[in-house]
Amino acid sequence: MSDLPSQGEGRRAKPRVGLFITCLVDLMRPSVGFAAVKLLEDAGCSVEVPVQTCCGQPAYNSGDRGTSRDLAERMIEAFRGFEYVVAPSGSCAGMVRKHYPELFEDDPNWLPKANALAAKTYELTSFLVDVMGVTAVNASFDGAVTYHDSCSGLRELGVKAQPRKLLASMPGVTLVEMNDSDVCCGFGGTFAVKYSDISGAIVEAKAKNIEAAQAPTLLAGDLGCLMNMAGRLSREGKPIAVRHVAEVLAGMTDEPPIGTAKEPRSA
Amino acid sequence: MTVHTTSPQFKQNATRALGDAQLQKALGNVKQGFIDKRQKAAEALPEFEALRDSARDIKNHTLEHLDLYLEAYEEKVTASGGHVHFARNAEDAREIILGICREAGAKTVTKGKSMISEEIGINHHLEAHGIRPVETDLGEYIIQLRNEMPSHIIAPAVHLNATQVEQDFRRVHRHLDAKRDLSEPVQLLTEARSVLRERFLAADVGITGANFLVAETGTSIIVTNEGNGDLTQILPKTHIVLASIEKLVPTLEDVSQLLRVLARSATGQELSVYTTFSTGPRRSGDADGPENYHVVILDNGRSSMLGTSFEEMLRCIRCGACMNHCPVYHAVGGHAYGWVYPGPMGAVLTPSLIGVDKAGHLPNASTFCGRCESVCPVRIPLPKLMRHWREREFERHLTPATVRSGLNLWGFFAKRPALYRLATRAAMGAMGLAGRRHGRFAWLPMAKGWTKHRDFPAPQGETFQARWQRERKDKTA
Ligand code: SF4
Repeated sequence: MSDLPSQGEGRRAKPRVGLFITCLVDLMRPSVGFAAVKLLEDAGCSVEVPVQTCCGQPAYNSGDRGTSRDLAERMIEAFRGFEYVVAPSGSCAGMVRKHYPELFEDDPNWLPKANALAAKTYELTSFLVDVMGVTAVNASFDGAVTYHDSCSGLRELGVKAQPRKLLASMPGVTLVEMNDSDVCCGFGGTFAVKYSDISGAIVEAKAKNIEAAQAPTLLAGDLGCLMNMAGRLSREGKPIAVRHVAEVLAGMTDEPPIGTAKEPRSA
Repeated sequence: MTVHTTSPQFKQNATRALGDAQLQKALGNVKQGFIDKRQKAAEALPEFEALRDSARDIKNHTLEHLDLYLEAYEEKVTASGGHVHFARNAEDAREIILGICREAGAKTVTKGKSMISEEIGINHHLEAHGIRPVETDLGEYIIQLRNEMPSHIIAPAVHLNATQVEQDFRRVHRHLDAKRDLSEPVQLLTEARSVLRERFLAADVGITGANFLVAETGTSIIVTNEGNGDLTQILPKTHIVLASIEKLVPTLEDVSQLLRVLARSATGQELSVYTTFSTGPRRSGDADGPENYHVVILDNGRSSMLGTSFEEMLRCIRCGACMNHCPVYHAVGGHAYGWVYPGPMGAVLTPSLIGVDKAGHLPNASTFCGRCESVCPVRIPLPKLMRHWREREFERHLTPATVRSGLNLWGFFAKRPALYRLATRAAMGAMGLAGRRHGRFAWLPMAKGWTKHRDFPAPQGETFQARWQRERKDKTA
């Protein structure tokens, strides 16, 4: 804990945040990562991005404990020096917060380190609101949005009010709640490929609820779910813009929405 | 050996269920009805969350001392003039029950709703030996007519609509006027009641399940909404209670706590309409009751779950809330799971009872959305237990080869950060370029399962880590 600023001299020191970028944001949509960096810096944090690969969740959920532990150990090492670790994903933050301690439960050597990382790891919007006390963001966006609560963030980390609170601070944004916003979109990682027909049926039902909300933009806090929903909406030809909530909160919506081209073509 | 399973064909079952328009309509009712009612009932009781904790604790305590409570229970039942039979597996249970029925000279056996009776396949066994089993719970009666399994543990015929039931009644109740009006559900109910009334009176043996067995008193308890269980256990000369070992509860006080979460979680009722206690055979001076009282307690693999992480599953009080809240159950219904127990509880329990080699799909066919755990009245960590099954499958090399090699490849790169950065940079660059025109792929060779039902959004092209390094270098330069 030597990295923590001591009460007296360091009270106003900037918290040192390690950005846990997550595989999907790293590979698919880096703009979400830059939006997260902006939000964190605006909130008064200093942000660093240590070299990282994958937290091990796909292996963990496939029953491969060995690989998950290998990757988890790397994560623990990579983020050791930070005061906080923040991910633009409830699912990946949940993996560290809830599942790393389970993964090392019978390893007295690694368990304390896993617990330490778990305790300082947060999902982005909950970190901003619950830890940094952010009540408003300084960004503009015009229009109605609807918000999907991704499962892990919601049920493992209690992320529900925080993104809504931040969106409510943006005067141009109207939040229209869809029905069953807290029901799974059918992504489930490899589930979407392994049980593709079932996943397809679940996301079809989700797309109906999204459409019925009649908001031109869909937001959520997890890129996996977003890609699933965006992919379904575009397959059905529904012109709903899909974005990570961080992009809107940071006012960084120059990049085209998920699953659309830079130059919109008449598809 | 237990009843036949189609769990190994889960995928095919699921695809068929997804294409069944009638079933899909019926499943819509599950989504609406059960969820709202449970929610309201839970919100109306301020101590509901605390009750869930104590329900969990009661069950944990019982499981820790299960041998003692089973012994105490047996003593009490014997003292009250009843008989307890322990059945190691389904076959034992079938033979014990057949023996009791034969001794009673039974021709007709009425049955209250019991999932354990489905698990051991007692109906077919009795039929094969010339004894006629008659289901008396309306839903069970309907699926018996159709020769089906329940598709839900508390609403066995939830997959059917009224028209289907009408057709079945017309097909089977031939002695009734062919022109009778059955267009209203209440008419179906009345008809079933009148047919069943005759059977109740003719029955020689009544078999019921049990929601709880009380060690303190030797009492078995059933909860129903139709009252059929009472008639099943009171009218015939012989009453057989069929229950599994984890139904034990120490005291009546414990039961009263569990009952408070059971009905609320199941149907949103404060209590079920009937909660019936039975202790031993009729005593002199009793107004009614059976002359012979037997309890068959089934293990069937459950004791091997004790002391493992799957022990938590034995807390289950069969409320059905987990399946009522499950997106996969909503999509495919109960029959797709291919054995007796569907939904999340089935996904954990079935591999324990029939083997993970047969039921391996079930714990995999979950998005881990966690909604089941969030409503389970005894707080069973269902996703975690499903993951434990996945781990066992992985260890035993039951995980499909494609998944294994995919994971290995991913793991190989993920453990080598420098290589990972190079490889992902190249791959995302190429994909970003290929997807630039449309922003998405309608078809991807590596992800056909994905692109069958939705587009695959194209990556932006440069990875975050590459861009971060580049931009931060520019900044500091
Ligand atoms: S696992 Fe929990 S929610 Fe599911 S049936 Fe059992 S007690 Fe009810």
